[in-house]
Amino acid sequence: MKLPPFEYACPATLTEAVALLAAHDDAKAIAGGQSLMPMLAFRIARPSLLVDLRKLSDLKGIQISSDGVRLGALTRWRDIEDDKRLAAAHPLLKAAIAHVAHYQIRNRGTVGGSLAHADPAAEMPGIAVTCDAEIAVMGKSGTRSIKAADFFLGALTTALAADEIITEVRLPVWPKGRRFAFQEFARRRGDFAMAGIALFYDTDKAGKATNAHIGVIGVGDRPQRLVAAEAALNGKTADEAIAIKVGEAAATAVEPQDDIHASADYRRALTGTLTERALLQAAK
Amino acid sequence: MPTKFEVNGKAVEVNVEARMTLADCLRHVLRLTGTHVGCEHGVCGACTVLVDGEAVRSCLMLAVQAEGSKVTTVEGLSNDADLTPLQKSFRKHHGLQCGFCTPGIITTAHALLTEEPDCDADRVREVLSGNLCRCTGYIGIVEAVLDARAAYKKGAP
Repeated sequence: MKLPPFEYACPATLTEAVALLAAHDDAKAIAGGQSLMPMLAFRIARPSLLVDLRKLSDLKGIQISSDGVRLGALTRWRDIEDDKRLAAAHPLLKAAIAHVAHYQIRNRGTVGGSLAHADPAAEMPGIAVTCDAEIAVMGKSGTRSIKAADFFLGALTTALAADEIITEVRLPVWPKGRRFAFQEFARRRGDFAMAGIALFYDTDKAGKATNAHIGVIGVGDRPQRLVAAEAALNGKTADEAIAIKVGEAAATAVEPQDDIHASADYRRALTGTLTERALLQAAK
Repeated sequence: MPTKFEVNGKAVEVNVEARMTLADCLRHVLRLTGTHVGCEHGVCGACTVLVDGEAVRSCLMLAVQAEGSKVTTVEGLSNDADLTPLQKSFRKHHGLQCGFCTPGIITTAHALLTEEPDCDADRVREVLSGNLCRCTGYIGIVEAVLDARAAYKKGAP
């Protein structure tokens, strides 16, 4: 058989699930399994026990209120695509999720799974970091909330303790009229991004950009905000000349890696170009 | 682990190791070899089946996770009497050559057309981007799916 041997449990409550994770060394939670199953197939992951979260209905559902958008950890990409309210409640999320994987995978892959897996090129972690999201988790000692900026520690590495399960991600409220764009480049739509940019800003009465947030994925070992590029945009009117400057600032700010998909230089150039395009798209 | 689910309308009960994928369970335990296994890590789409009506990759799901679900494989989308409209359309448009990827493409197309019988060519291409075909070059496949739309529209015979 392709996968390494493991025990399997399918608890009915979150408390039970946490207790199972706490009681076993190398236990791992499985939600949609769209990242974990390939890891098992390659035997990169060899858990002693898989704790299936599929019966935990508390972790399902999308809630939209005056506080923002709360996505239950078991929210699938498909659920985000199908939720008509999100077009107004969080258009950047909607735009980014359109790039996640392929049709069949979107029927099973989950928000919580993507955050916990922490692939540097994944869209959801990028949106969480760009939008100052809070990630709610529950472990043996109770619940806590982790800022997305503190959650991703490196490639496939998070601040999640071994007994903790992500319960939901909270995205702050999205004001009307906010400018935004999501741009990513992959050889085939749905494949992992060589680089991607999530960007938003608000405008003051004079039409100048304020509160710029620019996040990058697929470059470096985790999603990150590009503070220098944000500074280059704040206080300016987004036009072609500013887009070029912000793009340059973004390209300078990243520390890309070479790998089989692209060289570091290529990724740096891509970061600049995508930032420029994203800003022009947002300003339109 | 004892696991009960439904396959192509029939209740089944299997006793499988937790680590067995749904794809392997369908092929090796239930002997439904219409579901093909290509890459075994969720890239090629050949193993696509329907779980509760939704297209999923059966190599990225454990058999034990199918407990209580209704699974439909490519075998469940044909009948012994004659070709279904989707099958006819694939024959007419030469939508297959070696046939390895075909089960995954048929199941995916069926899910898409059931939900979105008015989908356009761009949507068909986007959805089929998750299915790798190394022979025909997709043109015939996309035409076959588009031509089969009529049969999925409301009130179609």
